[in-house]
Amino acid sequence: MTQTIDASASVPSGPPTSFLEVRDLRVAFPTDDGLVKSVDGLSFKVERGKTMGIVGESGSGKSVTSQAILGLHNSTRAQVSGQIWLDGEELVGKSSEEIRPLRGNKMAMIFQDPLSSLHPFYTIGDQIVEAYRVHNKVSKDVAKKRAVEMLDRVGIPNAGKRVDDYPHQFSGGMRQRVMIAMALVCDPQLLIADEPTTALDVTVQAQILDLMRDLQKEFNSAIILITHDLGVVAEIADDVTVMYGGRAVEQGSVRDLFYSPQMPYTWGLLASMPRLDRDRKGRLDPIPGNPPSLINLPNGCVFSPRCVYRDRVGAACVTDRPDLTPVSDTHRVRCHIPAEQSQRIWLDELKPNL
Amino acid sequence: MVRYIIRRLLGAIAVLFIVSLVTFGLFMVVPVMTGASPAYLYAGKNPTPELIANIEHGLGLDKPIPEQFYMYMKGIVAGRTDLTDGTADGSRPCPAPCFGYSFRYQSPVWDIIKDRFPVTLSITVGAAIIWLSVGIGVGVVSALRRGGFADRASMVFILLFLSLPSYLFAILLLYVFVYGLKWLPPTNYVPLTESPYKWFQALILAWITIGFGSAALYARLTRANMLETMSEDYIRTAVAKGLPRKTVVRKHAMRAALTPILTIAGLDIAFLLGGAIFVEKVFSLPGLGLLFVEAIPKQDLPVIMGLTIVSSLFIVVANIIVDVLYSAVDPRVRLS
Repeated sequence: MTQTIDASASVPSGPPTSFLEVRDLRVAFPTDDGLVKSVDGLSFKVERGKTMGIVGESGSGKSVTSQAILGLHNSTRAQVSGQIWLDGEELVGKSSEEIRPLRGNKMAMIFQDPLSSLHPFYTIGDQIVEAYRVHNKVSKDVAKKRAVEMLDRVGIPNAGKRVDDYPHQFSGGMRQRVMIAMALVCDPQLLIADEPTTALDVTVQAQILDLMRDLQKEFNSAIILITHDLGVVAEIADDVTVMYGGRAVEQGSVRDLFYSPQMPYTWGLLASMPRLDRDRKGRLDPIPGNPPSLINLPNGCVFSPRCVYRDRVGAACVTDRPDLTPVSDTHRVRCHIPAEQSQRIWLDELKPNL
Repeated sequence: MVRYIIRRLLGAIAVLFIVSLVTFGLFMVVPVMTGASPAYLYAGKNPTPELIANIEHGLGLDKPIPEQFYMYMKGIVAGRTDLTDGTADGSRPCPAPCFGYSFRYQSPVWDIIKDRFPVTLSITVGAAIIWLSVGIGVGVVSALRRGGFADRASMVFILLFLSLPSYLFAILLLYVFVYGLKWLPPTNYVPLTESPYKWFQALILAWITIGFGSAALYARLTRANMLETMSEDYIRTAVAKGLPRKTVVRKHAMRAALTPILTIAGLDIAFLLGGAIFVEKVFSLPGLGLLFVEAIPKQDLPVIMGLTIVSSLFIVVANIIVDVLYSAVDPRVRLS
């Protein structure tokens, strides 16, 4: 965990040591306006039973990453390179047909909007049965029993009856439970949850997160949780990757990220998170500006045009692209501000105001 | 469900009543008011005013208009007895549904329609099979191979048949296959029950004309719907479940993409059942369309009115069938 991951020379080679290892993942989409580099050299590891939170704004490459792991990108329209090792098996070089037996089986995904992600014409029972039977040679009756069992497990009341209902007959929270039941029906070892609680109200959010945590304990699965909600990350993740402009800008344990964040973008995310457990001192501080265009990335640090601390370092911020450098065994930061200085900024200027 | 259908049927009857009212007004009331009484059509050349008055009396044209309309509607529902055979007093029966007697054929309009309908039905069924299979097939394949050779080829097909006027296409077919290559005999309609082979020979060019013209439109619709559906979130979910691509396309994408096509197909078929005017004319197929075209210059009013009402009936019924089918396909559609 001490190597830098930007320079390809330092990308680890040889067999992976973790359950899931993403190494120097790059996903680009050629368009008429140029090459959109959605993910540009991302690396991370997740062990079984652990949760990795991936945080970032819209367009930072979170969802593109998760879809690359499942091999959901259309090979004619996306260029995917790098390595994705799942349980010792490399996925990037494989064809869609070779990855297919793993999808929904060894690795499964929960999508953001459960209404549009469920087929409107089929009952949820049919859809779960289908997900089960594609990987398990069982009769429809057995699969249906399994579907009812899963629905019951995720807390859908009266599951035996509701299994024959259509998605539009469920509430938002119940639909997300259905999605989770469907994703878990084949006991996946890796679960990718792409903003699973974004479309839900807060009380339901908490229930869904609890549910995911319980299920993780039960099945010992690795979870990648994609979100822009730091509250959710604090709640459930073990490690965090903060993404900006298709790269990891800060990686570390939840403790690192929340108690000693070192990167101005992470500070910005923390400052724009509403807190109820502190006195209200004023307005929230949003990060100024907009996410960068992924076709023409700014020179130097990708975050520099929006960074309010870039004057403290000098020209490097707008000329040199910083590397992801370790500041401790678990914590890596991509920033030109020296570690001691950024620690001081965090402790003296920012933390008291949060 | 049953209540819904009953309510829709009542609505359909209301629509047909209004259609009858309008056609009746257009063809029977307005001419009398402007002095061009339909009675002139029954009389010979240079009729005396007495003769006209006589015929008008026989046709009931001297009665108050509401009563005339009542007689017309009663004829459709329960049948009636006409008082005139066109020249003098005399009665002839006209059993329900009675749209009156054709001026030209001197027989009940309904009998003529019944006689001609199988021709139009044959044209419609054959053409619909072509346009649905070719149109949907081409549309699905080109959507799945977007940008590839099959897609480009199908775009050429679509553009060609959308821009080629069907009258030109029909005449071209006639010229090449009947007069040029002589692969087909000059058209002479033979009922299916009499000789399936000759029936086929008489209809094939009409099927191709209508079938391919509509197939182009359906291919474009299908392609657009398929592309849209394939980018839906639930298709991504289906792929993420690990389903084979074949299942994703057939079970998940096509069912959603083709449902709207069902609506359009139902209405198009109903419209065609009212008579494929142009194709029947070019290929001399004695269906409802040709009957309509022939009735207009002869001012055969009862035939024109009868055909108008019968075609409306097809459209109204097709609408109901399509809506009921739609609710069977899409569980979100509730019939109530």
